[in-house]
Amino acid sequence: MGVEQILPHVPALRRYARLLAGDAARADDLVQDTLERACAKWAQWRPGPALRAWLMTLMHNLYLNQVRDRRHDDGAAGLDETAEPSHEPLARAPEMMDLERAVARLPPALRAVLLLVGVEEYTYAEAAGILDVPVGTVMSRLHRARESVRAMMEPAAGEPPRPPLELVRK
Amino acid sequence: MTQATPAVGDGDLHAFVDGQLDPERVPAVLAHLRAHPAQAVRMAEWQAQRAALRAWHRREDPGPTPAAMAAVVARARPAARRSWARAAAAVLLLAAGAAAGRYWPQQDGPRAAGAPEFARAAALAHAVYVPEIRHPVEVAAGQQDHLLQWLSRRLGRPLHAPVLEDRGFRLLGGRLLPGAPAPRAQFMYEDGRGRRATLYVAVFPPGAAPGGTAFRTLRTGDGVSFYWMEDGYGYALSADLPESELQALAREAYAQLYPAP
Repeated sequence: MGVEQILPHVPALRRYARLLAGDAARADDLVQDTLERACAKWAQWRPGPALRAWLMTLMHNLYLNQVRDRRHDDGAAGLDETAEPSHEPLARAPEMMDLERAVARLPPALRAVLLLVGVEEYTYAEAAGILDVPVGTVMSRLHRARESVRAMMEPAAGEPPRPPLELVRK
Repeated sequence: MTQATPAVGDGDLHAFVDGQLDPERVPAVLAHLRAHPAQAVRMAEWQAQRAALRAWHRREDPGPTPAAMAAVVARARPAARRSWARAAAAVLLLAAGAAAGRYWPQQDGPRAAGAPEFARAAALAHAVYVPEIRHPVEVAAGQQDHLLQWLSRRLGRPLHAPVLEDRGFRLLGGRLLPGAPAPRAQFMYEDGRGRRATLYVAVFPPGAAPGGTAFRTLRTGDGVSFYWMEDGYGYALSADLPESELQALAREAYAQLYPAP
């Protein structure tokens, strides 16, 4: 059970981190930190849980701690359900936001749930394990994330709502 | 999220979107959607979001794994073999200490020209930065976490700054220096009498490290450098100190960087 078995997971971690962290450079910094943490804690890993999920746990811990440190002004509360979804300044934006910008504007803890469930296809219980929160919290964050993205991508008030299929336009 | 009650809630709709709905629950959810078209539209938007997210994810192509990431894992890998090397190196270092200083200059001092590039670069960097009064370091020790993260990232491998306060030297901070194939790092220490020591760190990819891991000294006009290779790292501790004192400092640094298994 050598630490080198982490390596095959690196491409997937980097791909996922780009959605989580927002750009390639920050994503790679995050993955690098995750690998260092994983190597340092390798002795704590037990072959029981899936290695990928363990790496995801380390990565989310690092990421959420980093953003918490960066925006100490709104504190831990800024990271979970109590945070206002940050779509309000954009309510009057004439253009519909594209999905990537909408996701980037989500509070990080909501974004993490949206990606773990929607992209990585973890079950709600697995996502709860990775983020170390109750399943109910995963569900409420998922709901807030999806509703926030939906609101951000809606056209300005007063116009008729666009058909949902337009959400995937490029 | 399936509830015992038949009422269909948002949790059911999300589970439907994510393929996590209990199959027994599907008919109830479908009936609910038929009765509540607005909720059906909302759920369709969630589905579209999910598909768009997954398409975005597929478009991201991170390319080959950077060498710095592979190096992190490579360094952690041969732990068993390395512990032998560490133990052997520690014995060598202790034996050298017992030889009380004289051994070092006589054995290695005259061979400065034969010292590896990193050791000569370390002596030069020591000579350049130690006299700096106002800017001895780029990042001060007060931001030690940031300093170590930054330098580790730039060198591509984790770095540690030994704590030498028991020997009277406190960390002032560090700076990034040019080097090949990777940049170098310099940590600077100072004692209560204003005497300064620097620990210079070079990182080499597998196969590119200069040969030999013995502990050697390099004497220059500005003091003495005590250098060694370990595990793809090259270290040089430099100071204008009596050699026995420098050697004790180096022994302390080594013991912290490579604790006995």
